Amino acid sequence: MSEHKMSFLKKYVFSTDHKVIAMQYMFTSLAALLIGFFFVLVMRWELAFPMHPIPLLGRLLSARLAPNGVMSPQLYNMLGAMHGTAMIFLGIAPLGFAAFGNYVLPLQVGAPDMAFPKINMFSYWSFVIGALILAASFFLPSGPLQSGWTAYPPLSEITRGTVFWILAMVFIINSSLLGAINFIVTGLNMRAPGLTLGRLPIFVWAQLVTAAIVLLAFPPVEAGAVLLLMDCVAHTSFYLPQGLMILGHASGASGGGQPILWQHLFWFLGHPEVYVLLLPAIGIVAEIIANNSRKPLYGYKAMVGSLLAILVLAFVVWAHHLYISGMSPFLSDFFAITTLAISVPSVILLTCLVFSLQGGSIRFTTPMLFALSFLPLFGIGGLTGIPLGVTVTDIYLHDTYYVIGHFHYVVVAGILMALFGGIYFWFPKWFGRKMNESLGKWHFWGTLIGINGTFFPMFILGLAGQSRRLWNPLAQAHNVPWQKWHVVSSVFSGILLLAQIPFIYNFFHSLFQGEKVSDNPWEATTLDWACPSPPPHGNFSSPVSVHRGPYEYSPPNNRDGWVPQNAEAA
Amino acid sequence: MRLLHIFGLPPAASTYAADIDFGLRLLFASIIFIFFSWSVYLAYLVFRYRNKPGSRAEYEKSAGISKAMMPGAIVLVLEMILIIVWEIPVWGKIKEEIPQDSNKIEINVLAQQFAWNIQYPGPDGKFGRRKKELVNFSNPIGLDYNDPAAKDDVVLANELHLPLGKMAVIHLMSMDVIHDFAVPEFRIKQDIVPGMDIPLWITPTKVGTYDLACAQLCGFGHSLMVGHVIVQSPEDFAAWLKSKAPVSQTASSTNNF
Repeated sequence: MSEHKMSFLKKYVFSTDHKVIAMQYMFTSLAALLIGFFFVLVMRWELAFPMHPIPLLGRLLSARLAPNGVMSPQLYNMLGAMHGTAMIFLGIAPLGFAAFGNYVLPLQVGAPDMAFPKINMFSYWSFVIGALILAASFFLPSGPLQSGWTAYPPLSEITRGTVFWILAMVFIINSSLLGAINFIVTGLNMRAPGLTLGRLPIFVWAQLVTAAIVLLAFPPVEAGAVLLLMDCVAHTSFYLPQGLMILGHASGASGGGQPILWQHLFWFLGHPEVYVLLLPAIGIVAEIIANNSRKPLYGYKAMVGSLLAILVLAFVVWAHHLYISGMSPFLSDFFAITTLAISVPSVILLTCLVFSLQGGSIRFTTPMLFALSFLPLFGIGGLTGIPLGVTVTDIYLHDTYYVIGHFHYVVVAGILMALFGGIYFWFPKWFGRKMNESLGKWHFWGTLIGINGTFFPMFILGLAGQSRRLWNPLAQAHNVPWQKWHVVSSVFSGILLLAQIPFIYNFFHSLFQGEKVSDNPWEATTLDWACPSPPPHGNFSSPVSVHRGPYEYSPPNNRDGWVPQNAEAA
Repeated sequence: MRLLHIFGLPPAASTYAADIDFGLRLLFASIIFIFFSWSVYLAYLVFRYRNKPGSRAEYEKSAGISKAMMPGAIVLVLEMILIIVWEIPVWGKIKEEIPQDSNKIEINVLAQQFAWNIQYPGPDGKFGRRKKELVNFSNPIGLDYNDPAAKDDVVLANELHLPLGKMAVIHLMSMDVIHDFAVPEFRIKQDIVPGMDIPLWITPTKVGTYDLACAQLCGFGHSLMVGHVIVQSPEDFAAWLKSKAPVSQTASSTNNF
C-alpha cells in the first residue's frame, strides 16, 4: 500500500490510524503513571516522616498547601485522590486496554484498522480532555478532589474539587465506552478469513471481554456521577439525608437521599474495573508465556471459559466493598459467596499459565521475566484478597493498610509488571527495533525489589490495625510502634523510582538507536507478527488468511519449531 | 501459627475477637501454605524446563480442560465449606442480630468532623431528645434539656467508657459525613452513615484504654479524629458514671473538648 503524503499534524496528532492512536495512549498513560507515582512519593514522605518539611518541594508549595514546607492534610487528601484517579483511569486502564488493545488487537485479527477509525480518534481526544480537566483542577482555587478516588458523599459534596473531577470522569468514561464498542466490533467482525473464535489468541479474547465489561459497568457510574454533580451544583439531595450539620451549621440540603446509594453505583463500576485492569494483563502474559516457553498454551478452552465466567461474575460482586458500610448485613453473605466464586476462574487462568510452562523450553528474555514474575506476584494479590472477601475477617481488615497492600499487589506487582513485559515484547513490532536486554534486566530486578519492599510492609501495618488515608499516622497512639514499616515502605518506593530510570532511558534510546530486528524477532505465530515492523498504514501488505490455532509452537514433525497462523498448510 | 506473630494483631479484648482471630489465622495459614507450595512448583517448572541447547518443547502437554479446572474446583469446594460452616454463622452473630441481654447498657455515639460525641442515657435509661437547632459549641449534640429524659444524660467527647463483661449496644449516628467506628482490640468496625442509626454490640473482655480512631476518610482532620475507649470493671464504671451524672453535663462536655 502506498503511503500518501500527509502533514505531520494529520499523521502523528490527529490521526485515525489505530497504531498512532495506540502510541498516543501509550505515551499519555506512561506520563500519567509517572505523575501519579510522583504524587504518592510526596505522600510517602509524609507517611514515613509525619510533620517534617518535604525536601526540595516543600519550599515551592504555597503556605496554604504546605505551611513551613510541611504537607497540609488538605494537600495529602488531594494527592491521595488524584493518585488513585490518575493511576487507575489515566494510567493502567488506558495502557492495558486502550494502548495495547488498539495496537495489537487489529493486528492479531488481521484487520487493516479499527472498525471505526474516527470514533477511535474521538475516544483518544475525549480522554485527553478528561485528563486535562483533572490536571487543571490543581490550579483552581478549590484544588482537586479531596475525598479519595471513590468520592463518597456527603464528604465529596462538602469539600471542593468534586465538580471538576466529575466532569473529567464523564469525558474519560465516554472515551472508554466508545473504545469498547470499537474493540468489540473490530474483534468480532473484522477477523481474517479462517480466524474462527476458537483460533483467536487469548489476548484478543481478553480484550473482547474487557471491552464488554467496560460497556456494561461504566454507564451506571456515569449516571450516578451526574446525580452527584446535580447535588454539588443544583442543590439536589440524591445522596444527602435530612438534617446534616456541617461543622455546627445546618446544611441547606433538603435531604431525603442516601449516601450508600453512591457506593453501590460507584462499586458497580469499581469492582469490574479491576478486571478491566487485569484481563489485558492476563492476555499479555498468555502471549509472552506461549511464545517464550515455545509450546501451546495449556487449556486454551478453559482459559476462554474463565474469561467469560469473569465477564458474568464481575457484575455480582460489587457489594463486597460494602460489608461494613451500613448496607443491610443480610446482603453480605450473598456477596461473600459470589466473591469467592469469582476466585475460581482467576485460579483457573493462573493454573493454565503455570501449567503452560510444563514441558516447555523456556527462553528467559526480558518480557518473559516480567511475565513469569506476574504469576507469583498476582498470586499474592489474589490470595490476600480472600480474607477481604470473607465477611468476618473483613470486619477487621476493611479500610486498613492491608487493603492498600492487597490491591497494590494486584495492580502494581501483578498488572503493571505484565504491562512492562508487554512493552518489551511488542516494542520491536512498534518501532522495528529491540529494547536493550541488559537494561531491561536491571529494570526488572530493580522493580521487583522496589515493589515488594514498598507493598509488603503494608500487610504488616494493616494487620496491626492501622487505617488507610491517614495524613499523620502518629496522631494515633496504637500506630506508633509500627512506624518503622512506613519508613521501610517509603525507602523502597524510592528504589522503585530509581529502577524506572533504566526503563525510561532504554525506551527512548532504543526508539532511535536500538538494535534493528526482523519483522518477527521472537519467532511468534500470531498474525501481529505476520506484517512488517512497524506496520505501514493498512498493516498487511497482502490479505492474510488463517489456517490454524494461535499457538502452534514445536508441533511434531516440524523442523522450524513453530508455524505461523497464516502459513498455508504444507 | 507462630509465624503470625510477626503480624502483630493487637491484643484481643472482646467476646467475638477470638472468632475473628481464628478466621485470620486459618486464612493466613492457608494463604502462606498455598503460596509457598505453588511457588516451589513454579520454580521447579522454570528450572526444569529452561531452554537448553538442543532441547525442544513438548507440544502434546497442552490439552486437558479437566486438569486445568481441578485446582479451581478444589478451591471452590473449600471456600464454600468455609462460608457455610463458619462464615455465615459468625457474621450473623456479630453483625446481623443483637443478642438478647437484659443486663445490657445502651450508648449513643454521635460522630462529627472530627470528634466522637458520646451520650449515656443516665439512671432513667432513656436518651434525652436531640434537636439540631440547639447544636452549639457547648452543646455539640443539641440535647434538649427541656426533655425530662435529658436531665440525667451524660454527654462527653472522645471518651467512651465501657464496663467489663457487660454487653454494650452502641447506636452509631453521624451528624455530617460518613465516619467509621473502629477499635482494633475489639476487632470491630462499622461505618457511621448520616441519616441512619446503626446499632453495634460489644462485650469487652479486657480492662484497658484503646484508641477509637475514625477509619473512613472524613475530611482534613480524619487522622486526628481519635478518641479513647476505656474499659473499666463494672464497679469503677458505675462510680465513674455517677461522678459524671448530676447537673454538670454541659460542663463535662466542654471540658473534654
